[in-house]
Amino acid sequence: MKYIYYPGCSVQHTGRMYDRSFKAAWKALGYDVIELEDWNCCGATAYMSIRELTSHALAARNLALAEAEGADVLMTGCPACYLVLGKTNDYFKQDRDFAAKIRTALQAADLDYRGTVEVRHILDVLVNDIGLETVREKMTRSLEGLKVASYYGCQLTRPYGRFDDTEDPVLLDRFVEAIGATRVPYPLKTKCCGGMVANTDSERILPLLKELISCAHDGNADCIMVACPLCHMNLDFYQSDVNKRYGTDFHMPVVYFTQLLGLALGISARELEIGLELVPADKVLAKYA
Amino acid sequence: MTRTELARATGGQKKGGLSEEQLAKIFLDEVYRIPFGERINLCIQCGTCSASCPTAYLMDYSPREIFAALRAGMLDRVLESNTVWMCTSCYYCTVRCPQQIKITDIMYELKRLATEYDLYPRSARSPVMSGIFKNLVDRYGRNQEMNLMVRYYLRTGIGQMFKSAFRGMALMRKGRMSLTTHKVKGMDQLHKVIGVLEGYEAEMKKQTREAAR
Repeated sequence: MKYIYYPGCSVQHTGRMYDRSFKAAWKALGYDVIELEDWNCCGATAYMSIRELTSHALAARNLALAEAEGADVLMTGCPACYLVLGKTNDYFKQDRDFAAKIRTALQAADLDYRGTVEVRHILDVLVNDIGLETVREKMTRSLEGLKVASYYGCQLTRPYGRFDDTEDPVLLDRFVEAIGATRVPYPLKTKCCGGMVANTDSERILPLLKELISCAHDGNADCIMVACPLCHMNLDFYQSDVNKRYGTDFHMPVVYFTQLLGLALGISARELEIGLELVPADKVLAKYA
Repeated sequence: MTRTELARATGGQKKGGLSEEQLAKIFLDEVYRIPFGERINLCIQCGTCSASCPTAYLMDYSPREIFAALRAGMLDRVLESNTVWMCTSCYYCTVRCPQQIKITDIMYELKRLATEYDLYPRSARSPVMSGIFKNLVDRYGRNQEMNLMVRYYLRTGIGQMFKSAFRGMALMRKGRMSLTTHKVKGMDQLHKVIGVLEGYEAEMKKQTREAAR
């Protein structure tokens, strides 16, 4: 099985900690990370808000490049990329007319796609291919005592629900237990963070963000753990706005699951880029770094 | 509501002489054309979508009401409301709909149509954001957040940028925002793929418009 990694635009800049910690953790687990050569944006929620069929061009080129590189799996950490690449891939496999159009378009650019690539999220690969047993074996320190609210957000499990339940996903919680941390109840774990609406209407999305942060706070969480660069951005970047609007005093750090994985594997906080978040996580993680 | 009123309420510069009835037919036909689009006719108005929606509190009409209005040909209600622009694309409605209607996909189709015909409330900022995003991807092959947000603020009001300027600078200091934009090497390749699919899409749209006339 050949796995190729599709980073996505968000983790190049604002979400860079996700990309760096993923790569470091994968290496510590004994796997090379092969990045898709010259990948392009998946289009996210924005491109398909303007064009339908045309938006599939973006995913199609990436899938064609991945197939040409011999990938069985194209994996990504970003749930939006996962959803968009997977959507084009699904339609390609299910709808012959769609597939014919995509192939004609790709062939105009001397590319082709036969539909042999599977699109997966890195959480799925970690738990179901590498295995949490392997994580336990390779761990050099337990994150014992760290109370974690696992936040799944939306597109990680919806609409597909391929590797976890759409209503009650559990893989992040199982991961938390595997690294020795404590999972706190987080009943809003699948409620959306506001996505791109937080960018265009941030003031109006604050009630939603407040709910998500206070839910973790009420559960006594030390941090919220995410598997999505947009969830991270919204909960971390706008947290001070929530405090200002509601007179609250939340200091709820938001961390990527790959950062906690890295800590358990003995990687330094610096290499995992802990500290690049706006609500500092270093205090609650100091014990483990 | 007459066509003129509808256009005044929402902008509506690109309707190409179509009557409101014709537009209503085009909108519904285009919704039918997306995969599983015809399932909208199976809607039982149960309201599971609205109850599941994390941003329903921001919407003029709930998703359930939008589907009722669309099917009843009350296009003006659909277009005047901010509903589709408040959809975050979280797919809760889609996975829960007992009739397996692809609600989120329909929301996307409505966004596309409203943008195409320039029929959306002037308060909706999401079409501006999506437009800038698309232009950046068409030009560079990738999205770059700093570039995206600066262009967005220039279009919608620079004041907003100063509100979060301090945090924006913190991101820059931490190396999480950059002034440089990476350009994909295979841009010609990407443009060719886009070009062919754009051609197909334009042809399909032309057919729907002709059928409505």
